[in-house]
Amino acid sequence: MSQIHVTTKINGDTTEYLCDPEETLLDVLRDRLALTGAKEGCGTGDCGACSVTVDGRLVCSCLTLGAEADGCEIDTIEGMADGEKLHPLQQKFLEHAALQCGICTPGILVAAKSLLEKNPSPTEEEARYWLAGNLCRCTGYDKIIRAVMDAAEEMRRAS
Amino acid sequence: MPLDDQTPGQKPGEARQFKVVGTRPLRPDGIDKVTGRARFGADMSAPGMLIGRVLRSPHAHARIRSIDASKAEALEGVKAVVTRADFGAGDDDVADILDNCMAGEKALYDGHAVAAVAATSAAIARKALKLIDVDYETLPHVVDVDAAMKPDAPVLHEGLSDETVPDGVSQNVVHRVEFGHGDVEAGFAKADKVLERSFKTAATHQGYIEPHACLATMGTDGIADLWVCTQGHYMVRNTCAAILGIDQGKLRVTASEIGGGFGGKTTVFLEPVALALSRKANRPVKMTMTREEVLRATGPTSSTSIDVKIGMNKDGKITAASADLRYQGGAYQGSPADMGSMTAFAPYDLENVKTVGWDVVTNRPKAAAYRAPGAPMAAFAVESVVDELAKGFGLDPLDVRLKNAAREGTKSSYGPTFPAIGLEATLQAAKDHPHWKAPLGPNQGRGVACGFWFNFGGDTCVSLNITPDGTVTLSEGNPDIGGSRASMSMMAAEELGIPYDQVRTVIADTGALGQNEVTDGSRVTFAVGLATIKAARNAKKVLCERAAMVWGIDPEAVEWADGCARPAGDNAGKFPPMSLKEIAAIASNTGGPVAGHFEVNAEGAGVSFATHMVDTEVDPETGAVKVVRYTVFQDAGKAVHPAYVEGQFQGGAVQGIGWALNEEYIYGEDGRLQNPGFLDYRIPVASDLPMIDTVILEIPNPGHPYGVRGVGETSIVPPLAAIANSVSEAAGVRMTDLPMSPPKVLAAIQNG
Repeated sequence: MSQIHVTTKINGDTTEYLCDPEETLLDVLRDRLALTGAKEGCGTGDCGACSVTVDGRLVCSCLTLGAEADGCEIDTIEGMADGEKLHPLQQKFLEHAALQCGICTPGILVAAKSLLEKNPSPTEEEARYWLAGNLCRCTGYDKIIRAVMDAAEEMRRAS
Repeated sequence: MPLDDQTPGQKPGEARQFKVVGTRPLRPDGIDKVTGRARFGADMSAPGMLIGRVLRSPHAHARIRSIDASKAEALEGVKAVVTRADFGAGDDDVADILDNCMAGEKALYDGHAVAAVAATSAAIARKALKLIDVDYETLPHVVDVDAAMKPDAPVLHEGLSDETVPDGVSQNVVHRVEFGHGDVEAGFAKADKVLERSFKTAATHQGYIEPHACLATMGTDGIADLWVCTQGHYMVRNTCAAILGIDQGKLRVTASEIGGGFGGKTTVFLEPVALALSRKANRPVKMTMTREEVLRATGPTSSTSIDVKIGMNKDGKITAASADLRYQGGAYQGSPADMGSMTAFAPYDLENVKTVGWDVVTNRPKAAAYRAPGAPMAAFAVESVVDELAKGFGLDPLDVRLKNAAREGTKSSYGPTFPAIGLEATLQAAKDHPHWKAPLGPNQGRGVACGFWFNFGGDTCVSLNITPDGTVTLSEGNPDIGGSRASMSMMAAEELGIPYDQVRTVIADTGALGQNEVTDGSRVTFAVGLATIKAARNAKKVLCERAAMVWGIDPEAVEWADGCARPAGDNAGKFPPMSLKEIAAIASNTGGPVAGHFEVNAEGAGVSFATHMVDTEVDPETGAVKVVRYTVFQDAGKAVHPAYVEGQFQGGAVQGIGWALNEEYIYGEDGRLQNPGFLDYRIPVASDLPMIDTVILEIPNPGHPYGVRGVGETSIVPPLAAIANSVSEAAGVRMTDLPMSPPKVLAAIQNG
């Protein structure tokens, strides 16, 4: 089986890799590039723990092939903070205790960032529906939604 | 030096004034978890690592005539194949666990492991599984608890029933328990009304988002290392050592960050298999489960069938109560029927009470603990009958519960007499809350229910070390599943009188501390917290001795306050206080490094009660139920980090919402699980829910220096019943079968 050569940008850095034709982007990120922030919770696109953006579009990396990323820009949780400065969503998740075990947190943060880029002033209901594809089993979502709404407000004030 | 539970200057009877405990600092592992750096079970690799995969039975019940792995072994890239033949007999007390990890003579459920391979890639490992020939003789199966108890049911294990099991039931009934006191028949005879109802609950899964994962390295000399996501790495060490026949001391287990457990990671599945593959291949082996494997082969909770009978007078006083609780625990003994029987009537002060529990095996995966194991189903049944009786008499359901509530001095239905407990406080808080008086809309109903959990202590070790620069490192042995490192750092800082950020708590590997019980039973903040406080007190004693040495006075004449050793009594004010930093700096010259440690089998965990209140709206056209308002009232003893206490309340409530409304294991006629994925096994998502309001009550636990009670499990006990009571009111018909999925609710409405 011959492998496919892929050139992509991940979190702003040009990255090349070889992958098998059937290999998912999630497996490439985790197993070939050691970017283990995206998690595999289901492998079927139901839990959102593997969320990344491809050219700004929120996707489940478990449902995306590694080969599809050729020529694309990929953003993952590892690129969310600006150096030592956390993204407002990351900061608000800490302040609101919006995580317990933390396994869903990277995917939820990536998804929430994508929401706020499209809709800087979501209602609570809009936030809940946007994040309905990201499962969290620990928190009951209460503090997650509060953190997202609070981050949105802070980002609006700052802009 | 005084080492009691009071702050300096505190008068007897006054509540202790805390400086750190009760605040909401950021968690120490937070930045790792919001940046993707935190390393969970599947995030570790090793040089030369192989990937292991498991072959699972497609049959619910089958004799394994033979396994031929020769073609798989011949495949390029395959480095080891193991079957049951690669494991010895093992110790008797791990026989069921071994058989669950790797089937012996029979496959007992759909998904039961029958072989495993280690290969140079996941793709090769998957290919190899298809080359293993297993010759099965399929057998009749049974998955329903009531069907499994019938005398003619297919039998999983011959001769497993013990002496408690009466004649006339199937050998699938393994054990029967009975609790209670008084004379229930006499009590029923005195009641104005006796109501008997039958209930069913479906099996649900803990549903942690992180599938099981581990990385095993075992050499031919028996020295082994294991990285694993687990609720208890000491348990993993001991169990794997017993299964593999090696010394516990030779296996070092390191707990990864854990992506949820809720009881489901209190046993082993992949770990002994990964070690056996590594031993055979002489290379590191990493194994992870798929979601389908998690649902088919790891611990759901029991499905149950429960009868409840309660006698009540028209003033709301319960005269007698009894319950018959039948829990199937999957393919091996050990369903939580015993704990269901003990907790069922624990919230009530009853003269006459009796519960009987039945532990039944079926062709399903072995039940694992799930958050207050056994209690939510029992509470669902009991609290539904209490509610129906109260409403039948036209009484306020909270008043009826207050009238019968267990309190200090109550002889509990399961035996012990309660010390100070918080049930009445939660009921009173519920009655006083605006939620109780708020108007309801059309098709809406309001339900309340109480819940109880024992809480637990157990073996615990803590080592607190003071570095030369005066910062503190705390080593404990319990995986941090929801912020416990923050709580430990807070309690250590409180006790030492130093800032929270001067303490770093780490979860030590099994080589670093003595035995630690699993992170279960809501025990960690209580037991590890207690050990942390005692370890800090031991360190303070040494710190005071060092200061006394410098000052040339008696150590007994030194006290510790606000982070400093201070001369006390006759010497008060004679020397300037010495801070922890100052004493740490001269530790080497005053006798050596300063540390405090504490080892204990912690007792006095302090039972926990909650009352939940929920409003639901039922769509009469579809039977769909929407939760519109939810409030949790629970006693925390003392909330160390209130934000994470609220999180436990909210998380338990929402898991209960899933259990009540959506979640269920669905089996086909063939005994195979029909919904092994998150699409069809649907846990609550953000758009299903409202905010979950919380009220923390603090009735101090006399068994903990700061009054702490565990809070993690009680919050899942009341929701099933509270939601059922709410939906029953909204739908106008009593719901007795969980989950209350739209087709069931619609049918109930249509059938009246």
